[in-house]
Amino acid sequence: LSTLVLAEHEGGSVKASSVSAVEAAKYLSEDNSVSILLAGSGPSLQEAAEHAASCHPSVSQVLLSDSEKLKYPLAEPWARLVHLVQKKGSYSHIIAASGSFGKNILPRAAALLDVSPVTDVTEISGSNQFVRPIYAGNALCTVQYTGSNPCMLTIRSTSFPVAPSDNARSSAAPILQVDLSTFGEEGMEKSRYIKQSSQDTERPDLGNARVVVTGGRGLKNAENFKMIEKLAEKLGAAVGATRAAVDAGFVPNELQVGQTGKIVAPELYIAFGVSGAIQHLAGMRDSKVIVAVNKDSDAPIFQVADYGLVGDLFEVIPELLQKLPEEK
Amino acid sequence: MKIMVAIKRVVDYAVKIRVKPDKTGVETTNVKMSMNPFCEIALEEALRIRESGRASEVVAVSMGPQQCVDTLRTGLAMGADRGIHVETKEMLYPLSVAKLLRALVEVEKPQILILGKQAIDDDCNQTGQMLAGLLNWPQGTFASKVVLDKEKQEVTVDREVDGGLETLCLDLPAIITTDLRLNQPRYATLPNIMKAKSKVIKKYTPQELNVEIKSDLQIVQVTEPPKRKSGVMVSSVDELIDKLKNEARVI
Repeated sequence: LSTLVLAEHEGGSVKASSVSAVEAAKYLSEDNSVSILLAGSGPSLQEAAEHAASCHPSVSQVLLSDSEKLKYPLAEPWARLVHLVQKKGSYSHIIAASGSFGKNILPRAAALLDVSPVTDVTEISGSNQFVRPIYAGNALCTVQYTGSNPCMLTIRSTSFPVAPSDNARSSAAPILQVDLSTFGEEGMEKSRYIKQSSQDTERPDLGNARVVVTGGRGLKNAENFKMIEKLAEKLGAAVGATRAAVDAGFVPNELQVGQTGKIVAPELYIAFGVSGAIQHLAGMRDSKVIVAVNKDSDAPIFQVADYGLVGDLFEVIPELLQKLPEEK
Repeated sequence: MKIMVAIKRVVDYAVKIRVKPDKTGVETTNVKMSMNPFCEIALEEALRIRESGRASEVVAVSMGPQQCVDTLRTGLAMGADRGIHVETKEMLYPLSVAKLLRALVEVEKPQILILGKQAIDDDCNQTGQMLAGLLNWPQGTFASKVVLDKEKQEVTVDREVDGGLETLCLDLPAIITTDLRLNQPRYATLPNIMKAKSKVIKKYTPQELNVEIKSDLQIVQVTEPPKRKSGVMVSSVDELIDKLKNEARVI
């Protein structure tokens, strides 16, 4: 088998979710050569390539596509890049992490290659059998891919954690340039990147944090939500929110945890004023330890919580802030 | 300008789903079925564009068994001008749906195609992207804001991405898929439900559209997710901190 991993990079390194995609490739077969495909432009791409070359012991080569056309993560040129690299390399599998980047590009590339992708995979049993959640995680579907190569997957990075010992490689894998001479121009100008607005924070990334503190509608307003941020800071945690909290304007959309937001599986998940709607549970039910604080003892969140506390969050959070040990 | 909207009939979002005992799928007989919520948002956006005078017609398309006509009627009652039903009893995966939609695009020649970003049954999140690839049209997925400029023949889309909001500008024709915060879909009023009964729904078969339905995926089984073992209730913050420290060892 040979696998192409479509990787995302930021600030000169490969994103942790993309390293999880390399990890997932391990489960397809013992004998699998993994190529990482990186694209973009400028010096940070080169840096990311060096990181990619030694980010995981399974990596056998890094394919680098340096072009102005790939400066932004636009689906149109990127899907065509995947198509081009596949035509040259004839990989048996193509994997990306199922973040907004992979979900946007991989199905488009699959259509160009005339194959059905399998999205949001949480378990790999052999080279063509996969488990993915359906109905917001209320059922698990085992599917078999019976089509021709490549078999294309997006994987949930929370289901393929990378052990810290796996993180190193004794020698770096070779970095090769992708020949873009046949990349073409047609249709490329039809979509233009305008801008990205995001809140830069010092906090850990929601998708990969060890601890996540989440607030729901129970916080009542944006001002109160700052209590969640304070507690998160104390715990070295990422901040999450429910759809209700995002819709009400307490916090921006990128903090939403749930079926249509981010999927998280931290070691510790603490939910304040969260009722536990199905679509929220879909995004956090795989957390190792779940704590729920809600004044309604009938809230569905208590059914999935390992530790539940019925109480007023406006009293509980200040008490926690006072009594919790400082994160080292 | 014509807008085409794809709508899917799914188990209603409020229904607690049950996995069939023989593990072949999820129980759908005698279960309330509705329009996929993301598709409702897609249709609502198309209707708003038409009502602002920037489009002349909204065509709703659905695919699957005979009962999809009910879902199309709901769409017509919301305000779509006419419907298209591609009738088939075969299981349709996103790649087949995208090919059928491409064939309909060739017949109808819409300038914009709006779809929900995913269906809440299979949660695939693929069809819009695949269709855009097949047509070689630009795509604006997971849209939370859509601004159409008819003069320039372009559409500006705010997309909900992992890092926040991304803004793209796309030349028409283009594909848009909707996220939750794009709009609040309307309810159909009784007079509009009555009016919808006389609107036209045109039928096609996949054969008539020259699309061969084949599948490269096979469902092996559908099972219930493992249950979390039930937790404990604590009575104070002190007890909670103690449990997290000494029992769960996570702080």
